[in-house]
Amino acid sequence: MSGQHASRPLSWRHRLLRGTLIALVMALMAVLVLLPLAAVFIEALSKGAAAFMDVLAQPETVSAIKLTLLVAVLAVPSNLVFGVAAAWAMTRFEFRGKALLGAFIDLPFSVSPVVAGLVYVLLFGAQGWFGPWLTDHGVTIIFAVPGLVLATVFITLPFVARELISLMQAQGSEEEEAARTLGASGWQMFFRVTLPNIRWALLYGVLLCNARAMGEFGAVSVVSGHIRGLTTTMPLEVEMRYNEYDYMGAFAVASLLGLLALLTLVVKALLEWRYGDELAARATRGH
Amino acid sequence: MTLELSHLHRRYAGFAALDDVSLRIEPGEFLALLGPSGSGKTTLLRILAGLDYPDSGSVRQNDRDLLAVDARQRKVGLVFQHYALFRHLTVSENVAFGLRIRPRKSRPSRAEINERVERLLKRVQLDDLGKRYTSQLSGGQRQRVALARALAVEPDLLLLDEPFGALDAQVRVALRRWLRNLHEELGLTSVFVTHDQEEALELADRVAVMNRGRIEQIGTPEAIYQQPATPFVCEFIGKNNRIPLQRANGVLTGGQRQLGADPWPGNAVGSAIGYVRPEHLLVSSAPSQGGWAAQLRHIYLAGGVAHLELDVPALGQVLEADMSSDEVAQRGLQPGQALVVQPRLITAFPLNAQGEADAAARHVLQPQAAP
Repeated sequence: MSGQHASRPLSWRHRLLRGTLIALVMALMAVLVLLPLAAVFIEALSKGAAAFMDVLAQPETVSAIKLTLLVAVLAVPSNLVFGVAAAWAMTRFEFRGKALLGAFIDLPFSVSPVVAGLVYVLLFGAQGWFGPWLTDHGVTIIFAVPGLVLATVFITLPFVARELISLMQAQGSEEEEAARTLGASGWQMFFRVTLPNIRWALLYGVLLCNARAMGEFGAVSVVSGHIRGLTTTMPLEVEMRYNEYDYMGAFAVASLLGLLALLTLVVKALLEWRYGDELAARATRGH
Repeated sequence: MTLELSHLHRRYAGFAALDDVSLRIEPGEFLALLGPSGSGKTTLLRILAGLDYPDSGSVRQNDRDLLAVDARQRKVGLVFQHYALFRHLTVSENVAFGLRIRPRKSRPSRAEINERVERLLKRVQLDDLGKRYTSQLSGGQRQRVALARALAVEPDLLLLDEPFGALDAQVRVALRRWLRNLHEELGLTSVFVTHDQEEALELADRVAVMNRGRIEQIGTPEAIYQQPATPFVCEFIGKNNRIPLQRANGVLTGGQRQLGADPWPGNAVGSAIGYVRPEHLLVSSAPSQGGWAAQLRHIYLAGGVAHLELDVPALGQVLEADMSSDEVAQRGLQPGQALVVQPRLITAFPLNAQGEADAAARHVLQPQAAP
């Protein structure tokens, strides 16, 4: 597109419109995205690098980082397995309720995270449907790590599945059928044919899933109970420090999440640049 | 290895993909499944490969129930229409796939696999492309990789789905001859699906013509072309002029000309449908018995053969007749000329009261026998 436009002389009105639009978008991006991101890092380092490192070394911070990693380590692989299974079911089988399954996979994107958290409290909380039974059997879900993991799994459910469904739809099942006629077992077919074909899309989905799992606030906030050192993840730690007027500490923890976001962005851009054709579901077939 | 398919039925939501199909595939033969899209030919192929199953009916291979065998154990090589090559593997790795995934007991050694792959690549004339990825190959090359990959597991039966469908015309003809030679060398029982009659008639030992989930006719290419068994085969294979015929008082007439005795005595009056191939229409300048007056509308010269378009008022339709281009030149035929056409061979089917043709009552007339 841009090449075609460049070769044709534009009228001054066109040029003005184009310039204004670009400037407007740039200014918005600067005010809404870049400025806050820069503010996070500036504020985090406002009392010097030593104070910054001091905050990170505090036991509450260390525990929040560990908990965030633990939740991600549990939630992301479960969604990886679920995502592959769901994508397989959606693209390789015909069954009743397929459209409904597709809608349910997308549900976490349309439900407010707070509502998701509250539902888990209703189900597993001390006064909830299954709460008393669980308490009798010594299982605590709400205000504990299992609740955090459950809420995070729910919120990040669609990332891997959605990424894979569109790709596997476009690729079709012929290669898998070919593997079967060549004597491959189900697992051989999956690991030697399906997985290599979807690996970059899978990685892409996992990346987005991880970023959200570590950054999730709403749903996690409801089920956490904010017990310092036990059930606070990094986003919750940021909020608690902020509420305690420890602005510098809040921004120091927030800067770690900011770094995670930047890292995710870089890897995402790399994936899109290198394997864009395999991600965009433009399956190359012998037509 | 004889394959005996009997009374196969397969329904998809709303339509019958296979409707009572029975077929015997002889050892070493090259069989074509020919039909328009939706005729059930690909379904039949997929059932043989174990990728689809019939609702009822059986497939027996030397008295073994093939349907009870899983696709991976059938020893059937399948070449897909779009090849379905593994895009993340090289040509050599594609060909070696079926050998490498075998359980350790039955897996050949690495050296053996490499040797076999090389031999196969040489056979399909791709021996210097083993390290390429399949996206770097042309259509014809991909097709041959798919074939080598299917042959690597030493199948008892080779299945090809529209093997030349995705290739351009020139490659198609070359690859067709090459495949025929390969089949003769290997002696492997092969079944291929095609909608291209030229392909089927040129390549196959036998052709099964399919329509709406049924086998209309099965036979050698000569039989299919010379003795079409049903109205569908008449219309689908080659060109045919479709002529309405009338039966009355023991005589069969078409376009007010007597063509012979009514071959279906019993019902005294009725109508029939006749098919005449363009090469079976005799075109002459002098009026003769059994001929229709016609006006030459157009001459289409197609190399050695000329197609004549003849307007026949008695039939109210245009007939097509073929003759050699030399003959057209010798006789100095010109558009607009008045001529007489006479059918030499008619394949005729009686029509019932609902206007449906009765394929079983097919009759071949040779009107030129009458002086």
